[in-house]
Amino acid sequence: MSLDTVGVAAKSPAQTQPWRELGLKEDEYQRIREILGRRPSSSELAMYSVMWSEHCSYKSSKVHLRQFGEKAPATDVLLVGIGENAGVVDVGQGYAVTFKVESHNHPSFIEPYQGAATGVGGIVRDILTMGARPIAILDPLRFGPADAPDTKRVLPGIVAGIGGYGNCIGVPTIGGEVVFDETYAGNPLVNALCIGVMRHNQIKLAKASGTGNLVVLFGAKTGGDGIGGVSVLASETFGSSKPAKRPAVQVGDPFTEKVLIECCLEIFAEDLVIGIQDLGGAGLSCATSELASAGAGGMLIQLDKVPLRDANLSPEEILMSESQERMCAVVSPEKISRFLEICKKWEVVSTVIGEVTDGKHLVITWNGEIIVDVPPRTVAHDGPVYNRPIKRPAEQDALISNTTKSLAVPKSGSEFRQILLDLMASPNLADKSWITSQYDRYVQGNTISASPSDASIVRLDEETFLGVAVSTDANGRWCRLDPYTGTQLALAEAFRNVAASGAKPLAITNCLNFGSPEDPGVMWQFSESVRALADGALEMGLPVTGGNVSFYNQTGSVAILPTPVIGVLGVIDDVRHAIPLAYKKAGLELILLGETWEDFDGGEWAHLQKHLGGLPPQVNLKHEMRLGKLMSDARDQIVAAHDLSDGGLAVSITEMALASKIGAKVNIPENHFVHLFSETPGRILIAIESDQVDNFVGRAIDCEITTTKLGKTGGDEINFENLFSISIAEMREINSATLPRLFG
Amino acid sequence: MRVGVVTFPGTLDDFDAARAVRFAGGESVSLWHGDEDLAKVDAVILPGGFSYGDYLRCGAIARFAPVMSSIIEGAKNGLPVLGICNGFQILCESHLLPGALTRNKGLHFYCKDQELEILNNTTLWTNNFKVGEKIVIPLKNGEGSFQCDDKTLAELEGEGRIIAKYMGENPNGSRNAIAGIANAAGNVVGIMPHPEHAIDSLTGPSTDGLAFFTSVLKKMVNA
Repeated sequence: MSLDTVGVAAKSPAQTQPWRELGLKEDEYQRIREILGRRPSSSELAMYSVMWSEHCSYKSSKVHLRQFGEKAPATDVLLVGIGENAGVVDVGQGYAVTFKVESHNHPSFIEPYQGAATGVGGIVRDILTMGARPIAILDPLRFGPADAPDTKRVLPGIVAGIGGYGNCIGVPTIGGEVVFDETYAGNPLVNALCIGVMRHNQIKLAKASGTGNLVVLFGAKTGGDGIGGVSVLASETFGSSKPAKRPAVQVGDPFTEKVLIECCLEIFAEDLVIGIQDLGGAGLSCATSELASAGAGGMLIQLDKVPLRDANLSPEEILMSESQERMCAVVSPEKISRFLEICKKWEVVSTVIGEVTDGKHLVITWNGEIIVDVPPRTVAHDGPVYNRPIKRPAEQDALISNTTKSLAVPKSGSEFRQILLDLMASPNLADKSWITSQYDRYVQGNTISASPSDASIVRLDEETFLGVAVSTDANGRWCRLDPYTGTQLALAEAFRNVAASGAKPLAITNCLNFGSPEDPGVMWQFSESVRALADGALEMGLPVTGGNVSFYNQTGSVAILPTPVIGVLGVIDDVRHAIPLAYKKAGLELILLGETWEDFDGGEWAHLQKHLGGLPPQVNLKHEMRLGKLMSDARDQIVAAHDLSDGGLAVSITEMALASKIGAKVNIPENHFVHLFSETPGRILIAIESDQVDNFVGRAIDCEITTTKLGKTGGDEINFENLFSISIAEMREINSATLPRLFG
Repeated sequence: MRVGVVTFPGTLDDFDAARAVRFAGGESVSLWHGDEDLAKVDAVILPGGFSYGDYLRCGAIARFAPVMSSIIEGAKNGLPVLGICNGFQILCESHLLPGALTRNKGLHFYCKDQELEILNNTTLWTNNFKVGEKIVIPLKNGEGSFQCDDKTLAELEGEGRIIAKYMGENPNGSRNAIAGIANAAGNVVGIMPHPEHAIDSLTGPSTDGLAFFTSVLKKMVNA
């Protein structure tokens, strides 16, 4: 096949091009022709098609995401905000922490192991690119019904892929969520969050500047895997009429990533790069156009210099390949020899493929002939922006009027006992050890708490014991009932989980998983969710440091539950004072913080009966902040704490008792069913020494937090006085049997 | 007392092993896989990880690294060598220890706080334990099932070279629940669970792992 150069393109305007097959719409193709004043060459078409995909360009979400900037709260902790590979916050003592969550939903459905593995690899490189050492991974996951045949294919593969990659690169996997719901049956969600740490002066940005500086591609060689992953795979609804998409899923090599991490950190330590960008979605197209558009000048790339795994790849394929474990750096000529020396030490392939020029264009050549000549901004940032139609679905009113009031209310102790057993055995609340035991939580030696704790905590400094706490949360059913309130409830829960660990919440990240943006009902959910998060972040004074949008999570016309995963990062000045989940001894007072209302709609009790309707609980972010302040102020008085969420107080007491291996005896206030199982937010269960109770209650009054004394820890059963009791042994057996029974 | 900690490409727990040496009161010295020079260390630790990705048999490539030729020679002359997890696998591939580590029963990577019983406190790395002592340290690996032929097993048992075994349910299918073994001279020890992750109750399940590191330091001081 002859080479479609820029010159050829200029002379053959009428030649038909496969823009539709590459996922572009007709008006988008016409816009490319307008920008260039000619038809694009096949290589240019390849670049625009991947960079203007929904995944890379945020074309449907951009108009909404602007609110994060417009409503940004005043903050002095944000060092790098939205727009870079990941946001960076100041955690004190000269340390900066970067964290971000990304989705790898579609690839993980097609090929669970590699899809999930490369999801981890991708987010870890985003964090590394900022100049940070990756120190922890959390994985919020969603699956179809636990007993569905396809879940048996998808879940074990995804879990093995996360473990296989994370364990091999030496970053502990210490948290996340696992939730089952039938809407995820054809669209499992694999979100991966990574945290990294660096000193303030080590922050790196994706920027190419300085004429004559060199562009270096290093890491794995480029192969034919993942070609068009973002445009074909992540930006379209799954349907049965299309050919198999397996080749569009990338294949991970964690060993190469581990070596790349150490190599990069050594390069950063010697301050050898001007700008750096990882190669993820859209591969070289993304890295070169983003680096070039962030700088002042242009860039010249000799594409034939790219080291290949498969010598037969065409220039278009090289530009679109999503081969993993690759990085692109801009290095000054004086520092290049030392840069290459460090790569050689780590046996990392590194190749100078181009340089920064004083022109305005990104020019790419293939054996001396120009195949790309474009203004880089038009590729990286000036993609289409859509104001998609928004319409509240007509069936929403019927959904919210069908409340749990229609369900029979249990009244007797034996009924309550059975509900608690059913909840603790249900896949959503069952012990997740079958999953988490496949992850290395110990490597690096800084893990203070991991799943099933409310927040995952890692130490940053061995001398000062400075640490960070992170939690991710989302309740898709609540978001389905009311996406605005549901999203703020997720924010409230992530905040509360971090606060319950004794840390001070600092910043927010998010991964917004939704159905097709071409469905006005989905866009209504999305717009409400973004508005809620921006409003909530402003009210709580926490910056949104970045995020990710994943659309097209639907099978046919059925979208997933709207699932905005919210991550909150907090700082803890001394991890030795973190509040654990387990109360560790008998004789402690158990106190409930916060008030309980009748909140069953969209909750786990309703879910057990396959009921979804009504409205989610009301959210009060001011209350959450007061509760967080109380936890922080009284940190050293509190022996153990657990937030109340799915399944309410009965489940929280049970989870604490299981973690502690010690029972509890509690007196549930009148209106037992509500107090046991309602899911009112803004509540935390704490264990505290008896002689501290009066002082603590005083502090709670100061913070306007209601306290209810429930009883004491001790014994080998969970005893709800005058109602029912269950032995720890029986409860553990029921709670831990579910996942092994389903998945082996 | 200088204890070398080897880094191969893909080694993960080198930092943790070095920390454990420091916690025990020793000086840790970083050793590079491509360098035959052992920097005059008094003992060597081969830490956990996935050397060279372990895409072949675990440890099969690391065994040929330049640093290993010096370690193999040193070990034959009494140099104390501790292999943890991937390090244990490398010691087996190097024939400094008998047997092999194979895929866990159940075929999953498995991470848990594991109870062990110490069976031998005469090696350079276990002399600070009591025989029969129960300890809890993290186990985390995909290929930790120790296998050997009947003759080797009889030798290991007959000579008291099984240094620790798993308590409770056998977590990975190891023969006779073997968690760690020593060579005949007692200077080379391989252990599948990770003592370096149990040196501080803030970050580990216990401080039981520390005695592996204090054992070798005490022996070297007394020597």
